[in-house]
Amino acid sequence: MTVDTVGQAKESPVQEQPFKELGLKADEYERIKEILGRRPTSSELAMYSVMWSEHCSYKSSKVHLRQFGEKAPHSDALLVGIGENAGVVDIGHGWAVTFKVESHNHPSYVEPYQGAATGVGGIVRDIISMGARPVAVMDPLRFGDPHNPDTRRVLTGVVSGIGGYGNCLGLPNIGGEIVFDPSYQGNPLVNALCVGTMKHEDIHLAAASGVGNLVILYGARTGGDGIGGVSVLASETFDADGPAKRPSVQVGDPFMEKLLIECTLEVLHSGLVEGIQDLGGAGISCATSELASNGEGGMHVWLDRVLLRDHTLSPEEILMSESQERMCAVVLPDKVEEFLAVCKKWDVEAVVIGEVNASGRLTVDWHGEQIVDVPPRSVAHDGPVYERPYARPEWLDARQSDAPTAQRLARPTTAQDIRETLLRMVAAPNLAAKTWVTSQYDRYVMGNTVLAQPEDSGMIRVDEETGLGVAVSTDCNARFAALDPYRGAQLAFAESYRNVAVTGAVPLAVTNCLNFGSPEDPAVMWQFEQAVTGLADACLDMGTPVTGGNVSFYNQTADVAIHPTPVVGVLGVIDDVNRRTPMAWHEDGELIYLLGDTADELAGSEWAHEIHAHLGGLPPVLDLNKERTLAEILVAGSRDGMLSAAHDVSDGGVAQTLVEMALRADIGARVWVPDNLDAFVFLWSESATRAVVAVPRSEEMRFSAMCEARGFTSTRIGVVDSKIGQEHAVSGQALRIENVYGAEVTLALSDLREASEKTLPALFG
Amino acid sequence: MVRIVVDVKLKPEILDPQGRAVLGALGRLGLSGVSDVRQGKQFVLTIDGEVTDEKLAQINHIAETLLSNPVIEDFTVQVQK
Repeated sequence: MTVDTVGQAKESPVQEQPFKELGLKADEYERIKEILGRRPTSSELAMYSVMWSEHCSYKSSKVHLRQFGEKAPHSDALLVGIGENAGVVDIGHGWAVTFKVESHNHPSYVEPYQGAATGVGGIVRDIISMGARPVAVMDPLRFGDPHNPDTRRVLTGVVSGIGGYGNCLGLPNIGGEIVFDPSYQGNPLVNALCVGTMKHEDIHLAAASGVGNLVILYGARTGGDGIGGVSVLASETFDADGPAKRPSVQVGDPFMEKLLIECTLEVLHSGLVEGIQDLGGAGISCATSELASNGEGGMHVWLDRVLLRDHTLSPEEILMSESQERMCAVVLPDKVEEFLAVCKKWDVEAVVIGEVNASGRLTVDWHGEQIVDVPPRSVAHDGPVYERPYARPEWLDARQSDAPTAQRLARPTTAQDIRETLLRMVAAPNLAAKTWVTSQYDRYVMGNTVLAQPEDSGMIRVDEETGLGVAVSTDCNARFAALDPYRGAQLAFAESYRNVAVTGAVPLAVTNCLNFGSPEDPAVMWQFEQAVTGLADACLDMGTPVTGGNVSFYNQTADVAIHPTPVVGVLGVIDDVNRRTPMAWHEDGELIYLLGDTADELAGSEWAHEIHAHLGGLPPVLDLNKERTLAEILVAGSRDGMLSAAHDVSDGGVAQTLVEMALRADIGARVWVPDNLDAFVFLWSESATRAVVAVPRSEEMRFSAMCEARGFTSTRIGVVDSKIGQEHAVSGQALRIENVYGAEVTLALSDLREASEKTLPALFG
Repeated sequence: MVRIVVDVKLKPEILDPQGRAVLGALGRLGLSGVSDVRQGKQFVLTIDGEVTDEKLAQINHIAETLLSNPVIEDFTVQVQK
């Protein structure tokens, strides 16, 4: 095997290099030559190509993402902001929480099981590298048409991958989303969120300071995972009979990851570590260059010391390998022995691969020959930044003017129509019970899960003594974003914010996973710019800072991009999880109130999508002041014991909310359509900023007075009634809706349950 | 009746956590001398009548689409007399 050294690069300045095949543009390649004052060695080229990729450098999104920092509201709760592996939020009593969501979309399409599994592994390592113990995961997922056979391949693989990895790690999966839309057919979205908890003093940052400190690579051995792209380099440096192809699929080992979690937390808490970094995309290239440039000096790496699974790997491949379950730590020389002893105890292999120095350069040797000599910042942080052109697409006017009016889309007009629509909507893949999926995940392991799917938020108890806990929700109706990305992103935020407040938790901080098409398409770039601006404006207005996130571009097949999908995660804190508000009502006589105003807003709704496959018009209007008031009412209602249940109104409207509450309780109710509303609009409009609550009779006066004092609309729409089925000749519990076009609709909960629960097993079981 | 054996193994470059675990267990049991373990799975398919080229092609198709995951696994098909 011949190796391209720095010396050779100086001697043979003109040599053709496969920068294009590695995804670098000609001007980027020129810039590398300018930075180095010579051509890069093949190892340097490998490092730059992977670190300057869209995924690692955020080169198209950076100029817009700045808004999250510039418009960040002041928050005393924010301990670590954007820029680190994950943001950290103070939740009181000396506790801090870190959370982040990342995408693993493309790998999950190629190999659904391993793609989704390693997505979970990657986000978990982000959390442990902050010094936190992972306590829960969530997965917002989006798939193509549920009836397309390829959807079955992707969904079943992804779900077992998430379950397989997460369950083996012993982490509860407390929520997320499953959405179907044909726009995701060739580009499923697999986003993974992880929440971690720690004491304030345990926060750690990724930086390599202190000349003479040693760099330790520990965890799994390095193999040829995820380096399909670099094979063009390998083919240059390998002899003719060397391995021809490397896989681009990473394979995860959750048992190794579990050891890595315990080992990492022990070395951190024993004070053995100066700086730490997880290895994800771009592997050793990323970890060494980021550690070096976040510190103050340089770093030297002996690459041949890296423990290998496959001894035929070339140095370029080792630098780029995305083998899972690896971490990199910077350790004082006199602590190395102790560090290695902890690794040995956990059966984790570790080796010193480098040393921090004052050279200001990142240098890498391979068996005594220098193969990399670069300024680390130029690799990690000073990559190209693009001001991609963006323009509002012309077709948007036509789409926005195609509103789902009663003339455009046939609506139900009789009680019988309403009954049929209700049964059909409840069984729609996007609204149907997700039990078939979530029952494959472990939701209660660790014993701190307070709420999990199908509740509005996942809730975890953090402190056993005080009952302090956190609630997390992720949401996005991408159809709204497709109609208006600015408002769509705000609506995603508002829904997530509301889902946290509904449980009684106070929303504190935001993370996001921005899934879009190709940034080279000005229309997609416009959607991105609008969505980021919308989200940043909303976060500033509501006082909830964005603590971190992830961008996934190129989610498109040929010219067709996915719907812009800015998934927003909101984290809230609750003083005592015992006073959480569940989604199910409890007993007869509780009064059912609809909070908020309902307008004829069906554009982008689940009804328009499911019944008419229609997407047009303008998404629901959003008033953030009202959203804040609603959250205050829900939190105060929970704190003062005025609510026995609360559930957000979003996809599928009030009809879906009522059905879910009744099914969760398995107790029926009598509901009436308010006189000032059309029955159909009341049931399926998706107007924002609404929730349905159940109020004990003894609290009705107090609750109504609170809503009135805050100037928030509350309408009594029903009463919990377990006898309603019996009274109307329906066996068992029933949901009865009155004042429906001069008649009534009474449905047995058993029929609704069957409709809701049979859909997913029938499609994928 | 003819038996056809399909062996499915992870491709050599793919991480094999199960094989690794077996290797680790060998060490703990004090059994030295083994430097690597790769695990795989074997399917024995019994078919009626003679093995024709057509049937073999069908078995290959089954192996490729159902018994193995061609993204990460290789397979071999052998006819047992």
